[in-house]
This record gives sequence, C-alpha cells and structure tokens, in this order.
Amino acid sequence: MENKYPQTFEVIELCLLAGKIMLQCGAETYRVEDTMTRIAAALGIPNSHSYVTPTGIVFSTDDTNPAKLIRISERTTDLYKVTLVNGVSRKVSSGEMTREQAFLKLKEIENANYTFPIYQQILAASIASACFMVMFQGEWNNFIPALITGGVGFTSFIFLHRVVQIKFFSEFIASFIIGILSILFIKAGLGTQLDKIIIGSVMPLVPGLLITNAVRDLMAGHLVSGLSKGAEAFLTAFAIGAGIAVVFSFLS
Amino acid sequence: MTIIINLMTSFIAAAAFGVIFNAPKKSLLQCGFVGMFGWLIYISLVNHNHDAVLASLIAAIFISAISQVFAKIYRTPIIIFSVAGIIPLVPGGIAYDAMRNFVENDYNMAIQLAARAFMISGAIAVGLVISEVIYQLIMKARLKLKKA
Repeated sequence: MENKYPQTFEVIELCLLAGKIMLQCGAETYRVEDTMTRIAAALGIPNSHSYVTPTGIVFSTDDTNPAKLIRISERTTDLYKVTLVNGVSRKVSSGEMTREQAFLKLKEIENANYTFPIYQQILAASIASACFMVMFQGEWNNFIPALITGGVGFTSFIFLHRVVQIKFFSEFIASFIIGILSILFIKAGLGTQLDKIIIGSVMPLVPGLLITNAVRDLMAGHLVSGLSKGAEAFLTAFAIGAGIAVVFSFLS
Repeated sequence: MTIIINLMTSFIAAAAFGVIFNAPKKSLLQCGFVGMFGWLIYISLVNHNHDAVLASLIAAIFISAISQVFAKIYRTPIIIFSVAGIIPLVPGGIAYDAMRNFVENDYNMAIQLAARAFMISGAIAVGLVISEVIYQLIMKARLKLKKA
C-alpha cells in the first residue's frame, strides 16, 4: 500500500501529459478523455475520471489521491502530434511500451516541432485559395489574384498572431488586408470577380476544424467544450466577416 | 471538362489544407482523395438541381464513411481525413454574402443568407454524426456475431 501511491502519481503525470499534447494540437474532447482513461486503465488505474474543456483538464483517480488540474492556454492545429500520441496510447494499452518509455516518448513529442516549414504552409494556403476560387465557379483570370491575396492574408495572419496574442484581432486584420488587396487587384484590372477572389482567399482562415469539433463534442455529450469551441468558431467567423465588412463600408 | 477541373482543384485544395493542419506527410494523398470525393458528390448533386443543404448532408455522410475506412486502414485518428474532406463544404461563400448584405444594410437578404449558411453547417454536422452512428451500429453487430 505504501509504495502504490508514488506509482499512481507517475501514471497521472503520464495521462495528463498525453491529454495536454492532444488538446493543444486540436484533438476532439472525447478522444482526449478516451486516451487518458485507456492509458490509466492499462497501467492499473481502472476507474479514472477526466474532465476536459478546451482550456483545462482535470484528472482524478477513483482513490483518495488528490485530483490534478492542468491549464491549456495555447491551442494550435497539429494533427501529426495527435497521431503520434494516439500511437503511444495504443502501444501502452497493448503492453508494448512501459510507463517510463511512454513518458520519455511523450516528452520528446511535446518538445519537437513537426510542422511544415512556414513557407510551405504559406504556399499551401495560396494554392488552396486559388483552387477554392476555381471551385466556387470563378473565372481563370482571377487565379493569380486569388493566389496572391490568399498567400498574403495567411502570412499576415501568422505574423500578426506572433506579435499580438489575441487570435481574433489577427484574423480581423488579416481579412481586412485580404479585402483591400482584392479591391486593388480589381481596380488594377488584374481580376474581374471581387466576390470570388475574397471568398477563395478567406478560406484558409475559416474555422472548419473548430466547427466540426464543436458539433462532434456536442453530440458526444461534452456540452461545455462543445459550446466553448462553438463560441470560438463563431468569434473567428465574425472576425473574418467584420474585416471584410469594414473594407466594403469604406468602398460604398 | 468542368468536372475534371473541379476534381483536380478540390484534390489540391484538400491536400493543401492537410499541409496547413500539419497532417502526417503519408496521409496527405488520402486527405486530398477524401476532399475530392466529397466535393464530387456535392457538386454533382447541386448540378442536378438538388438543394445545397441536402447535398452537404449526403456528401458529409460519405466523407465520414471514407474517413472511417481510412482511419481503420492507416491506424490514425479519423479527424485527419474528415477535416480535409469537410473544408470544401463549409459555406464560406454564403456566409460572406450574408456579411456583405449586412454591411450594405440589406438586412432581409442578409438574414436569409445567414440562416442558409447555418442550415448548411448543421447539415454537415448531422451528416458526420449519422455516419458515425451507423459505423458504431455495424461495429456492435460484428462484436455480437463474433461472440455468438
């Protein structure tokens, strides 16, 4: 009984670390809870409880041990890390990995940076913008303007987000820049369909992942996290819309 | 010809979104495929004069189904594939039109468009959930068969 507690603490640490990485990288709430419960069960704590919201995780064993809380302040989207943590939890459940190995591996995942280089992301965003412009029945002569505005918009979003910590503000400014640039392209005679260029360029900023996750969480019964993710998605969409709207109100 | 262009652009766009969301490099092609498939269903339904809400619902069901299969094959979380597939369906264009009408003081039109954007996002979500429920039912049936 005496030496049971230290080990329990380490298991809790491990579960919280796994949950923290997953939540920071944009996994669904039910997946985070599922992963933590699975790891705990595999390491000898069958009745653990976890309460996951987008801003924090509470994890407790069904024991006299105190519950532990972890705060999540920064959330990005990094599906590769989610996949990696998922793999670790699978290996722990099947017994291929011990607690120490899993902990070391998770620490390594947490500190590593697997994202694509910034220029590749920007390139991807510009190509996606141009392709969306075509998919929304735009004409081909708007291809290059959409490519450039989408790229510039996404770039300004990334760099503003580094300077200003408020995400909604950087989204607002980024969509404002997109609006201005698109109008300039039209005025210069390089593009013809203002609407299509703007819609295409805005697409990389649209909170598609958030909306999907919010609804999935709501349906799975995670009402608190579903609603808060929904609020985040709504605010993002509102910021983007407002940025474009400001440009239009100057125009008219 | 337009169908081929649509297929190509949707494939590239979905794969590019995989890059932005940092999906594993190995699964980028599958992301593109899921996006292309979903968009193909959506655009063919819309071109045959079906409502965009219905088209989004059906496309979302199929996207989620393929994502389940891919997630099973490649042993990755389903979210990687479903997100890439959903992105083209998100009613960005309608939401934009609604916002523009709001600014231009045409509130009647704006509310109509906003309601429409809301309906489409709801349809996408319901489609995802329907597909998941069907998958769970199949899984339960299989488990019972194994036990029996």
